[in-house]
This record gives sequence, C-alpha cells and structure tokens, in this order.
Amino acid sequence: MTSQSEKKSDPQPESIKPAINVAPSPHIVDGSFTTRRMMYDVLIALTPVICVSVYLFEMYAVRQILICLASCLVAEALFIRIRGKSITLMDGSAAVTGVILALSLPGTAPWYAGVIASVVAIGIGKIIFGGLGMNIFNPAMVGRAFVMISFAGVMGAAAYEHAGDAVNIITQATPLNAFKQSGIVSPLTDMFWGTTNGSLGETSAIACIIGGLYLCIRRTASWEIPFGVITMMVLIAGIKDIAGPFSGRLVLHHLLGGAALFGAFFIATDPVTSPLTRKGKLIFGAGVGALIMLLRLFSGYPEGVMFAVLLMNALTPLINRWTIPIPLGEE
Amino acid sequence: MSLFRLKNFPGKGSFPHGIHPPGNKEFSAESPIEVMPPPEKVILPLLQNIGAPCEAIVKPKQNVSFGECIGVGKAFVSASLHAPISGKVQKIGVTTLPNGRHLPAIFISAEGEQLSGQDLWNDILGKDWPRDCPMVYSPQTIANAIHESGIVGLGGAAFPTHVKVMPDDKKMIDTLMINGCECEPYLTPDYRLMVEVPDAIITGAMLAGRAVTAKEIVICIEDNKPKAIERLKEKAKGTVIKIAVVKTKYPQGSEKQLIKAVLDLEVPLGGLPSDVGVAMSNVGTIAAVARGVVKGKPLTHRVISVTGAGIQNPKNLLVPIGISIGETIQFCGGFTKDAARMIAGGPMMGFAFSSLDTPVTKGTSGITVLTHDDIRREKETTCVRCGRCADVCPMNLVPTKIAMAARHHNISLAQRYNIMACFECGCCTYTCPANIKLVQLIRTGKAQIVVSRKS
Repeated sequence: MTSQSEKKSDPQPESIKPAINVAPSPHIVDGSFTTRRMMYDVLIALTPVICVSVYLFEMYAVRQILICLASCLVAEALFIRIRGKSITLMDGSAAVTGVILALSLPGTAPWYAGVIASVVAIGIGKIIFGGLGMNIFNPAMVGRAFVMISFAGVMGAAAYEHAGDAVNIITQATPLNAFKQSGIVSPLTDMFWGTTNGSLGETSAIACIIGGLYLCIRRTASWEIPFGVITMMVLIAGIKDIAGPFSGRLVLHHLLGGAALFGAFFIATDPVTSPLTRKGKLIFGAGVGALIMLLRLFSGYPEGVMFAVLLMNALTPLINRWTIPIPLGEE
Repeated sequence: MSLFRLKNFPGKGSFPHGIHPPGNKEFSAESPIEVMPPPEKVILPLLQNIGAPCEAIVKPKQNVSFGECIGVGKAFVSASLHAPISGKVQKIGVTTLPNGRHLPAIFISAEGEQLSGQDLWNDILGKDWPRDCPMVYSPQTIANAIHESGIVGLGGAAFPTHVKVMPDDKKMIDTLMINGCECEPYLTPDYRLMVEVPDAIITGAMLAGRAVTAKEIVICIEDNKPKAIERLKEKAKGTVIKIAVVKTKYPQGSEKQLIKAVLDLEVPLGGLPSDVGVAMSNVGTIAAVARGVVKGKPLTHRVISVTGAGIQNPKNLLVPIGISIGETIQFCGGFTKDAARMIAGGPMMGFAFSSLDTPVTKGTSGITVLTHDDIRREKETTCVRCGRCADVCPMNLVPTKIAMAARHHNISLAQRYNIMACFECGCCTYTCPANIKLVQLIRTGKAQIVVSRKS
C-alpha cells in the first residue's frame, strides 16, 4: 500500500528530472472535507446554542463549558498517553464531546460533576473501546448518564430550580418538569426562543435548528437522523395530543421542550455511534424519537433523550446488519 | 434528487450516487488531435486485451509492413495484433505494462518508408465516411472484419469487440449504446474524436448496430461536452441514431451505470450488458470499427491524451500502438518541474507506472501526469463511520465495512457485504474524510478471495 519513491532517468539529460512515485488508484482525493473539518463543523454549528446559553445562564454556562472542555481535553491527552498512542487532540473530537456534554448538563451542576462526567465520557465512553471511531455509545451521553445517576440529588430535577437565584431563568421549573408534575404546558414562544429553564444547550429551539440545519447542509450530520427523530416524536405526541385536551399544543411542547431538538441535531447524529446507510439512519432516528416519547410519557423521568440515544446506540450494530444495501443489479 | 431530466429515454439521465471530481479537461480539451511522427521502434505486448494472449507469428529479423498481422488471437476472447509501422522484428522480449504485468512482446524497429502526417491521418480517421453503407454488409461480414482487425474496447477495459458483436441466438441485442461519456477526469481523446471525426463514429455506429441487429442505436454524451453533442446531433440527422445527453458525474461512463442512466435497466451482478439486451462500445472503438469494416484496415493507431499539470504542453495525439510513453511525453514538451506521478489512463482508475519505456497499448486512453499538489493527501485517521462512502458508491455497497473486513482478513464478512460487486471506481477513497484507502483495501480483499478459492 505504501507508495515507493523512485528516481527516474530521463531520456534527455538536460531536461527536468521529476521524482516519479507510484501508488494504486485513485490518485486524487477530495481534500476539502476531512474528519477534522467535520469536528470543527460541529463546533461552528454549536455557536448559536452556546451564545444563547451564555446569554441566559451567564456565568453558569461559561463555567460549565470551560470545565467540561478542559476536563475532556486533559482526559483525552492522559488516556491517549496511557495507551501509548500519539496525541490526537487536534482532531477536535474531544472538544466536541466536552462542549456537547457541558451543554447537556444543568448550569448549576457542581464543578466536580462536570469533571467526572468528562473523564467518564472520554475514558469509559470512548478510549476503552479503542478511541475515536470505535466506541459503541455516544461518549457525552455516557458521561452525562454516569453523573445523572451517581449524583441524582444535585443533578436531578432539583438541580434545575434555584429559587431566588441571581439568574432569573433558573428560578423557574423546566417545561418538561412542569408538565410532568402538574401538567402545565409552558408558553411555546418562550420555548422556541429559549427563555425557559433547562440544560444549558437545550432551551432554545431556534438555536438548535440553525446549527442543525448548518450541519445537515454541510452533510456533516445526516439529515435522515433528525428527520427520523422529529417525525416519530410528532407521530407519537400527536396521538397523545388527540387523546388528551391539548388542542395541538402538546406536539410542539414535546418538540420544542427538553433536549429533543438538541439531541436530534447534535447528539443522535454522532456518526460513530449511528448506522452507516441512509435506511439505517432513518430507522435509528425513528427509534430515538419513539424512545424519547415512551420515556417522557410512561417513565418516571420528565426527559428521555439521553437514554433514548444510548439505547439506540446499542442497537446500531444490529441495524447495520439489517440494512446491508442491495447492490445495483442484485435481485 | 437532481433536476436533470433525460427526454425520450426510460432512464433519468443519471444513476444513483457517484461523485463530482474536478474535470480538469481544459488542459487538453481544445487542442486538436496531432499526428505523432512515426517512432524508431515499437513494443507490442502479446496481451493487450481482457482474455487470452495472442500468439506471435513473426520471427526475429523478419520484415513486417504497416498493418501486417503479427500475432493471432486463437482463443474466442482474444484479439489479433498488427504492425503499426513498417520495419523489422528485433526480438520477442518481455515488457512491463502499467498494471504491473510482465508480458512477452514483439519489438519492431522502423525501416523504410513510413506513412506519416496528413497521409496517416487520412488513412486512419479519413475524410469521407459512407453514410448509407450498413446494408452493403451482412452482420457476419462486419463481425468478421472486426475480429480480423484486432479491435478491442479502447475506453480502457480492452474487451475484444468481436465478442460483443458476434450474433448470439440466446441473447438478442435491442440497443447498441455508444459510450462517449468520458467521465474520467483529464482525459479528452473521445471528446476530440467526437468533435473532429463525427462521421467515422456515425458510420461505425451504424455498422456495429447492423452487426448486433440492434433496434436502437444511442450515443451517450455527458452534458459538459456541448460541442460534441452539437456535432453528433447534426451528423446523426437522417439516421436511426439517437443522442442521449446524460448528467456529468463520475462514473457515468461505467457500463452498468450508463445503462441504468439511459435505459433504466440493471445489469445483473456478474453479468454482462448483453444480459439485458444491450451492447456497449466506446466512441473510439466505434471509429476503429468503421475503419476496419469500410477500409479493411486493422487497429494500429489510437488517439490518446497526454495531459495534466505535470506536462509542459498537454495534447491529444494520434499514436501508433506500441510507441513508448516517454516519447509521447517528450513530444508534448516533457515534464514540468513539479511532475510527481505518471498514470496510464485517468486519475480515478488509471495505473501509475515508473518506466518511460512502457509502451502505449490498445487500452491506453491517455497519459495523465499529476503534480505533487495533485496527489498530496493527509494522513489516514480512523473511520468515524460517517457513511459517506456508502452515499457515493455507485454499486450501492458499504465500502468501509468491506475495506475493514479486508484489512482484518475477514473474508466472510467482506462477502456478506458483497465485495465482488465492487468495480473499483474509487469514489469511496476519493470521498473518505478520514483518508482511508478504501478501494485499495477492497482490492486486497478481492485478491484474498481469489487466493482462497484456488487453495
């Protein structure tokens, strides 16, 4: 596979003697799109989300993002060193994990929660499987799940509501909590623009949509996954809506509330942990959407994006096996 | 998904998936075909086609004249060989082709008067091509003439043409498709032929159509060649020949993809176009058919492009088969300073080689010389399973799965993902954001399967 360099003797000595090398075809590649570029694309797409969260949660957001980003980069460097590989921080994947993890945590989460979540995300979520590209579960969600369960007291519903805090938003209940506990449907415009309580990155639907569309247009994220998630959520929430007295508002409430859009565009679209083919991605997206709604409607949790993604991640190898495409010309 | 529409044909004018590499045709597209001066010597490998080699029927020191048969293809899938120059046989030696095969070859040194310049042009590509000739010949006569002329597919695959046109009761041919797509970047010989000698193509198309008793004859051209489309449309007026303008996309010129794009038929895996009633030939081949049948002259010359940023003056040349590639490069002003890789064929499917003594064969559609900038690539990183390779694969495979299976010698997994359906177009490697050499790995997988079948 390696190309051999070979000096060529030119028939005319005075003419230029190029160093000719050989290699198997194809001899040209599309250099405009690399894995690193994909990771930076995700960071670019996250900017509107980050901006909104900093605007809403002020220092809570800045602090959480910096803690997770730094912890993820340090954890990546550390674990890579332990494995004796060369440092791969420049591929941007650890940074992406860090930012997504931070945005999925409540702003008020204690500093050690962010650090532990980062170390678990990189170490157990990724490196243990063999590093980038080998992991089965979305690293950020592994980290988040770990701290959500371990520190349920400071990370659960209570973590989101700080009565009388300096930052206004944090004094409210999250829309999904309010709905779960007292059946209140929050104002949809607030949820669309993001002026509600919640995890740092999930509150603003418009920011998620802008970033998500950018990712889909760049084909860094496959549109099939958010499409599947949203379609399935609309379908199930729609049925529930028809059954109950919500007159159409429940569908939008579920779609705009919680981490549904953030998850559909930024978490479920992680290429490593989602299927390879178009059909597989649609199935995967639909599965995530269905699980989100099942968890929201029938479980004790108000929100279900994290577990929905993790469960579908586990099914990804199976989906890949089911959706081996039929080659052109095969019956 | 595209807005492209193909009128009057069942197909959509395009096939699913594929890529859009930069065409880079401008290097040589507008330079008219030049006649290469006769070389001092030629090297003619005895195997220049898919199938069996031909047998040399000349001995060292024997005089041969231009067009004389010097090798006979005895097997059915084989092609005869003819002397492209007048001269003396030096020896039956061995030469190495760009694909790495060492082959016995006839070495001929030029002696005496040679046909050259305009006379050679007139002899090969002529001026007047009869338009109403097909009925003069019976299908069998045409097939025999093609067989005797040693014509093979000049698009690159070099499949003996007579095999395609031999009447076969079991597989009736409905449509003859003439492939003028030339989807491979850089190369322009077919484009120049279509622009400069459309008459030969029209005549050849009608002859080949009669040989296979096709009900329809379609010339397929990509929409990035408006001049060729215009010329052929004008010349095809009053004949049964139709022109299909297809979308510019790689690999549009691949047999199966083109049949899908124009006729919306799918050639079965491991099958041939004849399985769906189609015969396909490249425009260069068709011009050679016209010459072989009308003039009774064998395939001795072909048009090649010598092109790329690594060549001083990229050109299209009419060259004798067997001429050394170094000589053609010299004729085009030699290399530029940053030339880095010589390729027989185009950059997507061509073979890189290192010796300037390598001869031009029947299947050499061009010489592309790329620069260091062209071939620069980033280091390979791990697969992030983005699925882009599956999105571009024209055969609808999952290249990354097959390539990784091949890398880990997991033959059964590779076969489950239909490794043998891959025709190595290279779209996956071109696209891969992790710079994994997917198609190269798939080739090693295929080789492993061949080996395991033998043992």
